[in-house]
Amino acid sequence: MKTIQDLKDIKNQKGAQVDIRFGGDAEAEKTYILCCAGTGCTSSHSQDLMANFRKLAEEAGMSDKVEIIPTGCQGLCAKGPVVVVYPGDVHYQLVTPDMAQRIWDEHIVGGTPVSEYLMKEETTSGEDIPFEESSFYNDQVRLALRNCGKIDPENIDEYIAREGYQAIAKALTEMTPDEVIQVMIDSGLRGRGGAGFPTGKKWLFASGNRGNVQKYVCCNADEGDPGAFMDRSILEGDPHSVIEAMSIAGYAIGANQGYIYVRAEYPIAIDRLEIALKQAREYGVLGKNIFGTGFDFDIDLRLGAGAFVCGEETALMTSIEGNRGEPHPRPPFPAVKGLFQSPTILNNVETYANIPQIILKGADWFNCSGTETSKGTKVFALGGKINNTGLVEVPMGATLRHVVEDIGGGVPNGKKFKAAQTGGPSGGCIPADYYDIPMDYENLSSIGCMMGSGGLIVLDEDDCMVDIAKFFLGFTVSESCGKCTPCRIGTKRMLEILEKISEGKGTMEDLDKLEELAKYIKANSLCGLGQTAPNPVLATINFFRDEYIAHIKEKRCPAGVCKALLSYTIDADKCKGCTLCARNCPAGAISGEVRGAHVIDTEKCIKCGVCMDNCKFGAIYKK
Amino acid sequence: MADIKLTVDNIEVTVPEGSTLLEAARAAGIEIPTLCFLKDINEIGACRMCVCEVEGARSLVTSCVYPVTEGMVAHTNSERVKEYRRKTLQLILSDHNQDCLGCSRSENCELQAMCKKYGVDDTQYYAGKRNESVIDDSSVSIVRDNSKCILCRRCVGACINSQGIGVIGANERGFDTYIGTAFDLPLAETSCVNCGQCITACPVGALYEKDSTAAVKAAIADPDKVVVIQPAPSVRVGLGDCFGMPLGENVEGKMIEALRRLGFDKVFDTNFGADLTIVEEATELIHRVTTGGTLPMITSCSPGWIKFCEHNYPDMIPNLSTCKSPQQMFGAVIKTYYAEKMGIPVDKIVSVSVMPCTAKKFEIGREDQSAAGVPDLDYALTTRELGRMISEAGIDFVNLPDGEYDNPLGEYTGAAVIFGATGGVMEAALRTAVEKISGKELTELNFTDVRGVEGIKEASYNVEPIGEVRVAVASGLANARKLLDMVKSGEKDYHFIEIMACPGGCVNGGGQPHVPSKVRNAVDVRAVRAQGLYDIDEACTIRKSHENPMIIKLYDEWYGEFGSEKAHHALHTSYVPRVINKDL
Repeated sequence: MKTIQDLKDIKNQKGAQVDIRFGGDAEAEKTYILCCAGTGCTSSHSQDLMANFRKLAEEAGMSDKVEIIPTGCQGLCAKGPVVVVYPGDVHYQLVTPDMAQRIWDEHIVGGTPVSEYLMKEETTSGEDIPFEESSFYNDQVRLALRNCGKIDPENIDEYIAREGYQAIAKALTEMTPDEVIQVMIDSGLRGRGGAGFPTGKKWLFASGNRGNVQKYVCCNADEGDPGAFMDRSILEGDPHSVIEAMSIAGYAIGANQGYIYVRAEYPIAIDRLEIALKQAREYGVLGKNIFGTGFDFDIDLRLGAGAFVCGEETALMTSIEGNRGEPHPRPPFPAVKGLFQSPTILNNVETYANIPQIILKGADWFNCSGTETSKGTKVFALGGKINNTGLVEVPMGATLRHVVEDIGGGVPNGKKFKAAQTGGPSGGCIPADYYDIPMDYENLSSIGCMMGSGGLIVLDEDDCMVDIAKFFLGFTVSESCGKCTPCRIGTKRMLEILEKISEGKGTMEDLDKLEELAKYIKANSLCGLGQTAPNPVLATINFFRDEYIAHIKEKRCPAGVCKALLSYTIDADKCKGCTLCARNCPAGAISGEVRGAHVIDTEKCIKCGVCMDNCKFGAIYKK
Repeated sequence: MADIKLTVDNIEVTVPEGSTLLEAARAAGIEIPTLCFLKDINEIGACRMCVCEVEGARSLVTSCVYPVTEGMVAHTNSERVKEYRRKTLQLILSDHNQDCLGCSRSENCELQAMCKKYGVDDTQYYAGKRNESVIDDSSVSIVRDNSKCILCRRCVGACINSQGIGVIGANERGFDTYIGTAFDLPLAETSCVNCGQCITACPVGALYEKDSTAAVKAAIADPDKVVVIQPAPSVRVGLGDCFGMPLGENVEGKMIEALRRLGFDKVFDTNFGADLTIVEEATELIHRVTTGGTLPMITSCSPGWIKFCEHNYPDMIPNLSTCKSPQQMFGAVIKTYYAEKMGIPVDKIVSVSVMPCTAKKFEIGREDQSAAGVPDLDYALTTRELGRMISEAGIDFVNLPDGEYDNPLGEYTGAAVIFGATGGVMEAALRTAVEKISGKELTELNFTDVRGVEGIKEASYNVEPIGEVRVAVASGLANARKLLDMVKSGEKDYHFIEIMACPGGCVNGGGQPHVPSKVRNAVDVRAVRAQGLYDIDEACTIRKSHENPMIIKLYDEWYGEFGSEKAHHALHTSYVPRVINKDL
């Protein structure tokens, strides 16, 4: 059991060395090798890489001089595995396990960084710029991700060295529960999971009758949007921030039990959470009589089986209760009757990760950033046609252009930015016309999109918007729980119409029917999943109606994606008769004499594109 | 509770706090359509038929579960809402087999009625892929046809909420969702107790009883067979529903006449079996109480309850009365005493019952139910099946004259007829047991403590010379589970418990005619039908089973004493422990 003074002692003892990674100027007692051990880099063998570093340190008898630290996601997943060496703040990219030897020999022992391995940013101009000049890190403001990628998530002392558990200490000893809630209200923090409901207000609704009724604090770690992984990264990189925030929430509303509902497909996050919970209990910052104040709070994990709908609050709670994860109508709202029929608050991981800092630094510190109605920062998971695939955190109100072009490094291969899908399957696409829109909750919903959990998928000129709509709607169709009629049957019928259109069989009446169904489903569905499921379709129709019409009237897919509308042909003038295409065609659809022009039999062609990929003369076209 | 004032479609209405918008609208004389909603059984807001506009609300509200608030202004009938309801219906139809002409629920189908009401003229508007399904007719009682299922989940609510069983639920997700059993086991291999509450909950034709009418009609047509029929007490207060008669009306006389016109050779009444059950069961109770037998003794008339007990409380099998149900006792009497008395060879008798129950179809096939070496009963029809036979035969039921039962087994007492209501068996048994134990004639025959539709009822009576007798009554298996758990934990201690599988007892059995949900949600059908039975009881001159002259004669001529060895051989049975979901 640790006292508040014990925590301060740990911070005093270890803080300066940990701060080196955050720009602190203390003299390094050791060389610190930070290796990303998030899901992405782990998949690229960063564990083997760390093992190699450890072995090298041991063999050299330098284990006490070099510390190899596994961290959570450092953000630039496209360049993973990522390694950073302190002192010096030297970043390496795409580090395979066998690269450890050279880094060790030349940098750790020899003192000279391996320039070939250094992190570089590719730009649209094709020239790499050194990391120091890249805006990927320089333009970010990291609040929720402040510790991610910089501390060892499996070592509570590193979190404590970063003022960890000082916020709950402050709340318990210096603030009343109502004061905690007031700070949350004043901060303007809004839910980062999608809907953007003010967090403080949510807590206020559940705060009545403290001490007399059982209440629960839940954490939504059922991140399900395709392409979004910020919650996973926070749990993998800084699990204690979530645990501490949940304790603060428990104190504020008068709950003594928390649940973290986390996807079973996040094994690393689960491991780190389990370790963090165990360490927090050992330190007495979780459990009975925290800091001797009489406040009890503990947290259990509940693993979700990956149903997207379980990110909806009532479905999540139904699932925690052990039932099929399905939503139910509100009211009653969870703040009144939630988990096990008790008042419950549910916040998302990223929301929680902001909270300890808000308590420590105050509402004003937080609400001076962001926009009028959307305070603080937002983490975006950049994916799709973008150079810097990864996780970035920017102030609310940053423009889409800034995030994509500057921080994200732009669209690869010189292609043109077409649109960005935000909010995953519940959101919509932001077309190039709105490239300069400051992204906050209100602005995005004003154009039919939504912030969502922050997935941001960049589309370029090669993406067909009908196909994109079909992809996201296909996702909601298979993730619908099947409870209410509009979502269960309506979304399926919409998908069928989209399929018809993408096959060139659609009519203009179908387009009307699509919009009419979309409107109906939004108005009539039971939960948020159904109410937002038509958004990707509505947004693409709204901004790219001409593409739909091209599919319907001209039987043409302008982006060349919809297979049924494509045909491959060989330009007889360019064809050299090398026979490569014919030999590789899996359908035997190509014929021709050696050194003579070849021909594709469109009846046999399965439109796989292998011929075009193989042609060395650019003689094959799709249209 | 405070009253809430609100405006529904420009009508001011005041309702108790906690009322839903659906209830408030009803109070204002407005009917909001519902499909998935069944009060207390399925309140899930899933079908979206009842959506309404509430001023100031962010989105449409689901009126079936939406609590009213002071000053609320609601519009239940706007063009927008009506158009949405029509779309909901069209979407439901797009995944429904629309085989209305061949459906047993045609003209009695809530979906059909709703489509008509909302003028759904284009039934193919959203035509698309339909889910494929296979009919599950593995059960002897219940057939499930998912091609007609509209996923309203009323059956699921009935199974888990009313009955505490939960053998059916939603499988798969999204468009692929279907109602099924765990691991798609055939229903017959699950712990389904055949109560049929799912059938009466179903708004469409996705659930129905396994038909026995064809076999019965064939038997009637066979000149070599003597076809004997016995309708259960509750049938007479339910059958009228099939012909649009007022809910709960006693149609006993017309029913007898109809049975005769259908060609049954002998028309008796299960009520005689009920009287027989009471004298045996009361004797068993007295024996157990006075000799230190296993207590509490629990009634055994309800085959759904029996199977539930065997699956879920096999350790309480010794608590079950060994008495056969009235249907089976009567069946045994017909194939032994009556056959011998009338000189009819047993193999020529086809014994048929009409029951408010689907579990009776299972009961007739149970082991140890064959006093004459052949099954005591051959076919158990439901009230609905009888209704269909009558319609098909062209009988103008409403205008039939009253018929009369055949003798000698058509006589019954008031004690027998109340078997159909929860608490009725208890009351009938008490009328006999108390008189037998005390040796004094009962003056007050109405044991009102055990009447009424509450799920669990308790009472205690001081019966000299043995002292206090504590009794409990549960109906609906979820309530039975609650009660039994209290008994097992020692929290409660009784001498005698009556359990009926169906909520409210047999009057609300799974074989009774469908009552549209709009009626069910507004009127307590259980209470109305039960009242019909209590009225008959009050009108009877003999109201104690042991005073039924034909019962007395039967024992004089055949069984000897109540509870004699011969009676035990023919009128008692045994039970088997079962597991939950076979082979899992």
